[in-house]
Amino acid sequence: MLDATPKAAAKTLVSVRGLKMYFPIHTGLLRRHTGDVKAVDDISFDILEGETLGLVGESGCGKSTAGRALIRLYDITGGSVKINGVEIGQAEQSVLRPMRPTMQMVFQDPQASLNPRMTLASIIGEPLEEHTKLSKVEKLARIYELMDAVGLNRTFANRYPHEFSGGQRQRIGIARALALNPKFIVCDEPIAALDVSIQAQVVNLLEELQDRLGLTYLFISHDLSMVRHIADRVAVMYLGKVVELSPRDEIYADPLHPYTEALLSAVPEPDPSLENTRERIILKGDVPSPANPPDGCNFCTRCPKVMDICRKVEPQFIEVMPGRFVACHLHGQTNQTTNQKPAG
Amino acid sequence: MLTYTIRRLILAIPVLLLISLIIFMLLKLAPGDPMAQMPLTVPPEVKAKMRAALGADKPLLVQYLLWLKQFFVVEPLHIIGNMTGYDLAGNAQRVISWQTRSPVADIIAQRLPQTLTVVGMSYLIGVAIALPIGILSAYRQYSWFDQIGTFVSMVGYSVPTFFTGVLLIVIFSVDLGWFPSIYDTTLKVVDWASFLKQVRQMAMPVTVLALYNAAQISRFMRASMLDNLGQDYVRTARAKGMGERVVVLTHVLRNSLIPVVTVIALGVPQIFGGAIITEQVFKVNGLGQLLITAIYADDLPMVQTLTFIFAVLIVLFNLIADILYGILDPRIRYD
Repeated sequence: MLDATPKAAAKTLVSVRGLKMYFPIHTGLLRRHTGDVKAVDDISFDILEGETLGLVGESGCGKSTAGRALIRLYDITGGSVKINGVEIGQAEQSVLRPMRPTMQMVFQDPQASLNPRMTLASIIGEPLEEHTKLSKVEKLARIYELMDAVGLNRTFANRYPHEFSGGQRQRIGIARALALNPKFIVCDEPIAALDVSIQAQVVNLLEELQDRLGLTYLFISHDLSMVRHIADRVAVMYLGKVVELSPRDEIYADPLHPYTEALLSAVPEPDPSLENTRERIILKGDVPSPANPPDGCNFCTRCPKVMDICRKVEPQFIEVMPGRFVACHLHGQTNQTTNQKPAG
Repeated sequence: MLTYTIRRLILAIPVLLLISLIIFMLLKLAPGDPMAQMPLTVPPEVKAKMRAALGADKPLLVQYLLWLKQFFVVEPLHIIGNMTGYDLAGNAQRVISWQTRSPVADIIAQRLPQTLTVVGMSYLIGVAIALPIGILSAYRQYSWFDQIGTFVSMVGYSVPTFFTGVLLIVIFSVDLGWFPSIYDTTLKVVDWASFLKQVRQMAMPVTVLALYNAAQISRFMRASMLDNLGQDYVRTARAKGMGERVVVLTHVLRNSLIPVVTVIALGVPQIFGGAIITEQVFKVNGLGQLLITAIYADDLPMVQTLTFIFAVLIVLFNLIADILYGILDPRIRYD
């Protein structure tokens, strides 16, 4: 309990319980509903106010879907999502609309996510029109303020998205997300489409804005080094499920789940002498289809430490050490003793 | 944009000259003789004189150049002269229809209003119903509305107008007697009763053509909307918390309209071309019907003039479509 007190000081801003997002599969002549792609299958976690939760995993594991489902850009299949104390899991879109200012999203592809026929000023200004009653002058002042905040020259206000570079476009996307003073921003691979030299600029901008405005981020990425840089806690997803959730330093130093271990072993080491001794865990086989996940643990088909129980029983996502959650039979009931050690 | 437009207009001149040459030569190659309709009792030397009077005995190139001069210099001067009252062209030879022996331009001027009211109205109505149908079909893809819309546009597109036209005549004129089957050009709209009569006689040809036009345009609209509905910026708009109406009508529709406007603009020359078959079915004496009768009668000057006017309109509206594209899409700049 003592461990929990510093955490209790920070309020839980986002609370996800049993979030499910299934995409139906229709086949046959009559287009019958014959199955589901379980893009996000029963995930639960909390995000504390002011922190950055990194969400990592390989392509197609459901990271982006989770991020979008979280702020209800999809109609979710099941589960509950509480943002700032308000349950939005099953809310109607019309009820959600006034809540949009609280939760925003920075999208992956800065080119495609901006309307090509709107000028920068109208892209940033549109949410202000919808959600606030600012006068024209106030709105323009706010647009300029946002452009300053993300480091865009004010003279660009009447330009169109295609006239900007990738990094500048992503700044527009960030300015747009910031327009309504959100508390929570889902950053869906905001740097994946950018040049390496620009990535650092954008990430530093995100960090700086977080410090200044007290933002909370869900940072979705497959760039493990970048997540290590920006995140306070890291959640690892595999095939629609969160397999491990731990504070950053612990997860990078001592990954609990075999998948996390394999994933982290793929991060290159900048020091050449250490790089040679780095032991990579190469996973065999492909990720199973999310439409037809294996029985038991989703990872059992590729896990180097697979046991008999893994193929039969689905492991529970439990807190095995303070602040460290994992879904793995290696750290199941048997490890309860280690869990109790600090108490004893 | 202005320099682009001017450049395109200058480029249009050689294009149109080439088209005019092709039209001229094709029609010369076609079988038929302006004297074919003359009675057999007319002696050959008289026929030869008549031919010489028409200029049909000169070499092809000379005939072509003379026709160009008539078409581009003499006719415009006559038309401007008629409108302003000044005699600009003097006694210069006009393009004369071989059928009626009156100037081609005058006949076209008589026929144009009918075509514009009937075919133009059908195009307007077709566009007006096609756009909402296309938008709604795309927004509710695979819904009942969409399925019915798909079926209706398939029918409208695949069933020819000479069939739907006759079908409507059989049902609504012959059986029910609601609408007249023949379009009365002499009708003057002066009061409410004559206006209603005009509406009634326009109803069937307009319906037939509107169905055909709407089928085509609604398909384009639907496809273009579907293309854009799946785009990332639509998700961004929803994430901004914009209402569905704003998302669909401002973000998606404005982007989807770009290709549709082009298609609509390119369809406008067809209005002037007249719906040849439909005009024939409903006896609307517009340009389409004029062209058909001119072809039957071997009236080469008339056919030449009409075909060339259509060519000019097509080139012109291609240019207009391109300019519209540049205005609607900020990514396209012609400079």
